[in-house]
Amino acid sequence: MIDHLNWAAAAVFLGFFLLVTVLGFVAAHWKRGDLNDLNEWGLGGRRFGAWISWFLIGGDLYTAYTVIAVPSVLYAVGAYGFFAVPYTIIIYPLLYLTFPRLWAVAHRKNYLTAGDYVLGRYGNRWLELAVAFTGILATMPYIALQLVGMEHVIDALGFEGHGLMSHLPLTIAFVILALYTYRSGLRAPAMIAFVKDIMIYVFVLAAIIVVPMKLGGYGAIFDAAGAALAKKAAASGGKIAAGLLLAPKQMFPFISLAIGSGLALLMYPHSMTGVLSARSGNTIRVNAIALPTYSVMLALIALMGYMALAAGVHVTNPQDAVPHLILAIFPDWFVGFCFAAIAIGALVPAAIMSIGAANTFTRNIWKPFIHPAMSAQEEAVLAKLMSLIVKVGALAFILFVPTKFALDLQLLGGMWMAQVFPAVIFGLYSRWFSGWALLAGWATGMVIGTWLAWTPTAWVPVHTVFGSSFAVYNGVTAFVANVVVAITLSALLPNTANDETRAEDYADLPETQLAQ
Amino acid sequence: MKYLLLMLPSLASFLVPFYNVTEPRLFGFPFFYWFLVVLIPLSSLVTYLVYKGEKR
Repeated sequence: MIDHLNWAAAAVFLGFFLLVTVLGFVAAHWKRGDLNDLNEWGLGGRRFGAWISWFLIGGDLYTAYTVIAVPSVLYAVGAYGFFAVPYTIIIYPLLYLTFPRLWAVAHRKNYLTAGDYVLGRYGNRWLELAVAFTGILATMPYIALQLVGMEHVIDALGFEGHGLMSHLPLTIAFVILALYTYRSGLRAPAMIAFVKDIMIYVFVLAAIIVVPMKLGGYGAIFDAAGAALAKKAAASGGKIAAGLLLAPKQMFPFISLAIGSGLALLMYPHSMTGVLSARSGNTIRVNAIALPTYSVMLALIALMGYMALAAGVHVTNPQDAVPHLILAIFPDWFVGFCFAAIAIGALVPAAIMSIGAANTFTRNIWKPFIHPAMSAQEEAVLAKLMSLIVKVGALAFILFVPTKFALDLQLLGGMWMAQVFPAVIFGLYSRWFSGWALLAGWATGMVIGTWLAWTPTAWVPVHTVFGSSFAVYNGVTAFVANVVVAITLSALLPNTANDETRAEDYADLPETQLAQ
Repeated sequence: MKYLLLMLPSLASFLVPFYNVTEPRLFGFPFFYWFLVVLIPLSSLVTYLVYKGEKR
């Protein structure tokens, strides 16, 4: 089991893991609040300033899975994987414009989730349920994929096992994560995010300096990667479009994937949780300016796929490309450091995702449909318990279901999340839409998107529209159908449901009313 | 005006046929890559300008 373990790397890895475990438990005492209140446990009391939010949201959105998956696409097919960059360019102006408004109304009305807001705005429980259901459905496979990211680095450390034993380190790590999230709530990932993000920055800086030095500069890396990709494309007989530039037929899928993913990202429960825990709308605006730093890092991480090609890393699963690049170029102790950075990079989003899903379940499914008279304490108890159940579910997913299934679901998840965008974001500007119309639009988008993705052999993210030469990401096609239905029905249906928010609720709060 | 300014980097990233080329290279990066990377700080700068404008 540990015959081939890289001891130096494993020791450094374990050291950092212990450090963040201690931090996770200590975090319960940080910025002291009553952790038996869901607002404190699940949203850190909404008092994270610009710096903490920067680390927390950065740690939340740029996950371990990103570090593994984005470069793996560049390693496998080239330029197409770089869609992640226009994707991150699209999100921040959107964050800047919309989320300060959402934050303000959420703060005034004590909303914790997107579902809470939709109920308050449209007075429609079924729309609330649809938003909540979509969020939980899309989050579960996303948490599972964080585990996949972690497992790739644990494997690369040289840990071997058979059957269930092969998942032992992952299980231990996850149980510890579940315990400190249960105890400290959002404060745990917020504190750990500092360590995680600084480690990732160090790792990336080291890689972008050391790798070109060893391989003869960026020009040489791009040339070697281009040659390797051209060889791959030729070997497939032209079936795989691989190269340093996009093939003409990849252009629309490339940009529509970026747009659709951008519409989806901020709708995920964990994005809501991360952003709403900021202490003011201005904190969010400042972060919309500062968070792109992470995008630069993401672009550089993406290029590690090419560095792996240029360094001659041969792996059958492209997702092993980055771990094996790290093994090939760095000394053992630094390998341990980089792997720890990636593994901790899985813990932070996994914790926030489970908290986001737990908040959503408690507030938007259990409370309205099962037990409306819940007290704040009962909410916190249930949410803590749900955060455990969600994590056990994700772990079981990885242990008993093929990884490919999680990948497919994650792909569908982005498309699904984009379908709640009209209900959540349009409402911030206008109450013209009817709740039932938005619900019908959502249902249309969900069905069309899922139907487009289904083929007898696999789920596919893009599909041709208007004939055969014009392929678009399903999330975008479904989104357009969703909006068309929502507009048409809103024009036809009476719109008399209650709206508990007023126009002035969306404006910034005065500085004196903010948490310190 | 504010919205147009905020959208500018996103709109630039939509012009795929324009930047889907190798030359001119910068520090060895084909145009496709460095153009997209440069758009990131640019979007940050544009957002900052809008923020400053709103604060005044």
